[in-house]
Amino acid sequence: MTYIAKPAVRHPGLGANDLGLHMRDYEGTISTLCAGCGHDSVTAAIIQAFYELSIPPHRIAKMSGIGCSAKTPAYFVNEAHGFNGVHGRMPALATGANAANKDLYYIGISGDGDSLSIGLGQFCHAIRRNVNMLYVLENNGVYGLTKGQFSASADVGSRSKRGVPNKSEPIDPVALALTLGATFVARGFSGDKQQLLPLLKAGLMHKGFAFLDVISPCVTFNDHVGSTKSYLYTRHHGHELVPVDFVPIRSEISASYEKGSRTSITMHDGSMVRFRKVPEDYDPTDRLSAYEHYRSLQNRGEVVTGLLYLDPGGEDMHDDNATTATPLAEMAYEDLCPGSEQMDALMEEFR
Amino acid sequence: MQPTDVGNPDYYHKVVDCQWGCPAHTNVPEYIRLIANGRYTDSFWLNRSSNVFPGILGRTCDRPCEPACRRTRVDGKPVAICRLKRVAADLRDPTDNRLPEIPVVKNGKRIALVGCGPASLTVCNDLMPLGYECTIFEALPRSGGLMRTNIPAFRLPWEVLDEEIDMILDMGVEVHYNTRIESMEELLEEGYDAIFVGTGAPKGKELNIPGRQEAADNIHIGIEWLEAVHFGHVDAIGERVLVIGVGNTAMDCCRTSKRLGGTDIKVMARKSRPYFKASPWELEDAEEELVEIVENYSPKRFVLEDGRLVGMEFELVSWHKDEESGRLKATVHDTEFLPCDDVILAIGQDNAFPWIERDIGIEFNHWDMPEVDRTTFMTTREGIFVGGDAAWGPENIIWAVEHGHQAAISIHNYCQGLSLTDDRPPQDHNLISAKMGMHEWAYSNDYNPSPRQKMKHVELVRRFEELSIEVEMGFDPEQTAHEVERCLNCDIQTHFEAKLCIECDACIDICPVHCLTITVNGDEEDLRTRLMAPAENLTQDLMVSEGLPQTGRVMVKDEDLCVHCGLCAERCPTAAWDMRKFELMIPYAGQEAACPTHV
Ligand SMILES: Cc1cc2nc3c(=O)[nH]c(=O)nc-3n(C[C@H](O)[C@H](O)[C@H](O)COP(=O)(O)OP(=O)(O)OC[C@H]3O[C@@H](n4cnc5c(N)ncnc54)[C@H](O)[C@@H]3O)c2cc1C
Ligand SMILES: Cc1ncc(C[n+]2csc(CCOP(=O)(O)OP(=O)(O)O)c2C)c(N)n1
Ligand code: SF4
Ligand code: SF4
Ligand code: SF4
Ligand SMILES: [Mg+2]
Repeated sequence: MTYIAKPAVRHPGLGANDLGLHMRDYEGTISTLCAGCGHDSVTAAIIQAFYELSIPPHRIAKMSGIGCSAKTPAYFVNEAHGFNGVHGRMPALATGANAANKDLYYIGISGDGDSLSIGLGQFCHAIRRNVNMLYVLENNGVYGLTKGQFSASADVGSRSKRGVPNKSEPIDPVALALTLGATFVARGFSGDKQQLLPLLKAGLMHKGFAFLDVISPCVTFNDHVGSTKSYLYTRHHGHELVPVDFVPIRSEISASYEKGSRTSITMHDGSMVRFRKVPEDYDPTDRLSAYEHYRSLQNRGEVVTGLLYLDPGGEDMHDDNATTATPLAEMAYEDLCPGSEQMDALMEEFR
Repeated sequence: MQPTDVGNPDYYHKVVDCQWGCPAHTNVPEYIRLIANGRYTDSFWLNRSSNVFPGILGRTCDRPCEPACRRTRVDGKPVAICRLKRVAADLRDPTDNRLPEIPVVKNGKRIALVGCGPASLTVCNDLMPLGYECTIFEALPRSGGLMRTNIPAFRLPWEVLDEEIDMILDMGVEVHYNTRIESMEELLEEGYDAIFVGTGAPKGKELNIPGRQEAADNIHIGIEWLEAVHFGHVDAIGERVLVIGVGNTAMDCCRTSKRLGGTDIKVMARKSRPYFKASPWELEDAEEELVEIVENYSPKRFVLEDGRLVGMEFELVSWHKDEESGRLKATVHDTEFLPCDDVILAIGQDNAFPWIERDIGIEFNHWDMPEVDRTTFMTTREGIFVGGDAAWGPENIIWAVEHGHQAAISIHNYCQGLSLTDDRPPQDHNLISAKMGMHEWAYSNDYNPSPRQKMKHVELVRRFEELSIEVEMGFDPEQTAHEVERCLNCDIQTHFEAKLCIECDACIDICPVHCLTITVNGDEEDLRTRLMAPAENLTQDLMVSEGLPQTGRVMVKDEDLCVHCGLCAERCPTAAWDMRKFELMIPYAGQEAACPTHV
């Protein structure tokens, strides 16, 4: 936590994006999290992603529940819309907001407690509905905000700060998202922005539910020896399975990447995800293959990272429900509500 | 890159851009903080320990520190370092005397000093406390050299000169005024243990064009004319004055003319503004006094009528770069006659040593200047030292002071039979954590966006009433309060301990100016392209750490734009970054390097 506000000075050598905005225009208020928290790094990467994608701040909606992770939307893009709801209910809020206004960029920030304990049901149904959003799970293996109790993502044998090992089987959000049909499944690490940044960008541009699990160490309660979510453990056991680059639609896409469907995938808007390296007999567009690969590496004790599965089909909840082209939020009240006469007539039919 | 050696005093010293830029390495940020805390007297004495003349320099310094100041790179305008120095000098407690004791029993060594300018005075200041007997020979009836005879009183009041010069002379320096040394050989015969030559560059340059001799009565040599004005030998000038040259002397000449009856005053420059030698603030001050500055006029001849000067003819020129020599060349377009009553020549100064015999072991080079060693300030004859403008041509007061300090070290070593080079005490430094609590630092780390404060001037009508009315009024308390906070405390260093870093990126993310990067190491050229923000200012160093424990990558800091906010250190969970106050320890004659004892 810091008492002085981040000074309003900017490196004169850093330019502006297509909107004429500087990176610092995408900042929020200063973080009140513990110094060194992984969540702050994720925030920094999110700021950079929005900036580099030139997304207008007022077209962004930041959604969250409760937790240290859930506090972080306050720390990026001050000018964006935002809703900070009750514990574990972010998915429902995001679904509702998205139903009303499908034209915004939705980013939901959650924690392993928020998503895998109290909010597990909500999380699953947002995936099933294929809500068009980027869902970031800042995963530190503990309830950071309530002082470090094990969360449902804690590995068996991982030790608490006092040395007590966890005995319960973990819920793995990546495996869960893969099995529940998420159309974009990835994992990053807060300590590796080079990898995290393209994942965030691809997730934001993906149409449909993009799930991004980020190992984000809690420096205060879960960064000790014996923890499996520490900086050191993640660095030693991290295994980047499918490194990707995000190529925005505006850049010229060189021919060498265009050919060979396995190395690059075009997103619904024409931007592209470029796989720098894909192991043999693994197809990141095939759910089963992705799942098998993921599981086999995980069984060897590796923290698998990268863009593990992508369905560029480009459908979402609105397509499934054949909603109107105009977002509900932009419709006149008279068009949204048929009026009591019509309602009465409808009711008559069922009498 | 190799890991940066921050144990070398030069590394952190260079980060303190102003201190590095100051010839005498004045601890600027510390004296500014003292002013901020209302400790004017402490600030004055801290200043004096390195620059000897805070009140004088607070008004007249050439301020090489200001163009160097980091704040210029951050928001375009440097901290008003020089004017804050004056605040300390003006508001100090004059009864609080911290001058060193002068030993009653002398050490038996007698030093002769030729000239009573700032260079000689600084030598005395450093040697008197060690027990030396210093004797100054000065050609003129007053002390101070050009500081007094040439810098006009409306820029530098006499009282300020007297106060700071007397501090030195009252240490017991023997001064023989009205005593021009005419022969070095004779001086040598008097058996002094060492001789210091601080005679300045006393000869104004001539302009030998037609009419010069014939119109001599109304053509004045700038520095001589200013001296004559100072001594009251001249108290009037014609209404229309042409000042030739556009250096700092020209600025003093034109402004002085304004006060002696001149009404239509033109400063005539051969080149255009970017090539002017005068400091921008002196040009501004002259123009405020309605002096006209005329560019690209090259003097052709003096025009006389009935044996009297009536004007000058100029060639109107434009300049282009000569491809072969790379030098500027003039093309003449036209000529023009400008009427005038008087002309002042202010086109530079030369050294002159007619009084030094050429056969007594002092070698002279092909510019007819004595060969002086850049480190020891000794000539080729042992025991004879030169400093100030006399050494390598006209500079300024602060350089004269620094020369004086270095010459004093040499004179002391020479008199004590020590080597002038091997036994020169080296610089050293102190590094102390500035952390006071969780979010508390021993300095105000918040960035203050105030713009540079503008100096207030006495109104135009009043200022011409008398020659000695000081034009600059000094900062008022409110201006001071704003200006001190503009300083970025560059001496509070970001000190990094690689072995503590867990590579959490907190510092990288918080830094408002994107100075910090964790990346794989490379050579400097390559690293400079891979940082969070472009590192294009090659005059500013990159700090590169040892390999970091978890990944072997390195922490790289581009020193260029760090605002020393301390947020990296506040954010770091492991205290790998700490804010540490750097104090340069400067050696003086007979003293090991030490921190000034102002607290
Ligand atoms: C018009 C003008 C304005 C200036 N304004 C500034 C300014 O604003 N800020 C700044 O920093 N610098 C300024 N300078 C430059 C500054 O004054 C000099 O660089 C500085 O005074 C040099 O100090 P010094 O000790 O080397 O010699 P000087 O100050 O030149 O002193 C030399 C002394 O030696 C005496 N002397 C010479 N020969 C003999 C001899 N043979 N025997 C006995 N005595 C002798 C002279 O009479 C003189 O008193 C200005 C210079 C001029 C000409
Ligand atoms: C309904 C409800 N139950 C319990 C809590 C207490 N609580 C606050 S945050 C939290 C867990 C947060 O853990 P996580 O989502 O992992 O976030 P982190 O702080 O680790 O980022 C809990 C249980 C609450 N605020 N509301
Ligand atoms: S900001 Fe302050 S410490 Fe830094 S260079 Fe300027 S005056 Fe010196
Ligand atoms: S003190 Fe630290 S955070 Fe502040 S500008 Fe300098 S490097 Fe950046
Ligand atoms: S905040 Fe500290 S521990 Fe974290 S990367 Fe920076 S120096 Fe290393
Ligand atoms: Mg958590």
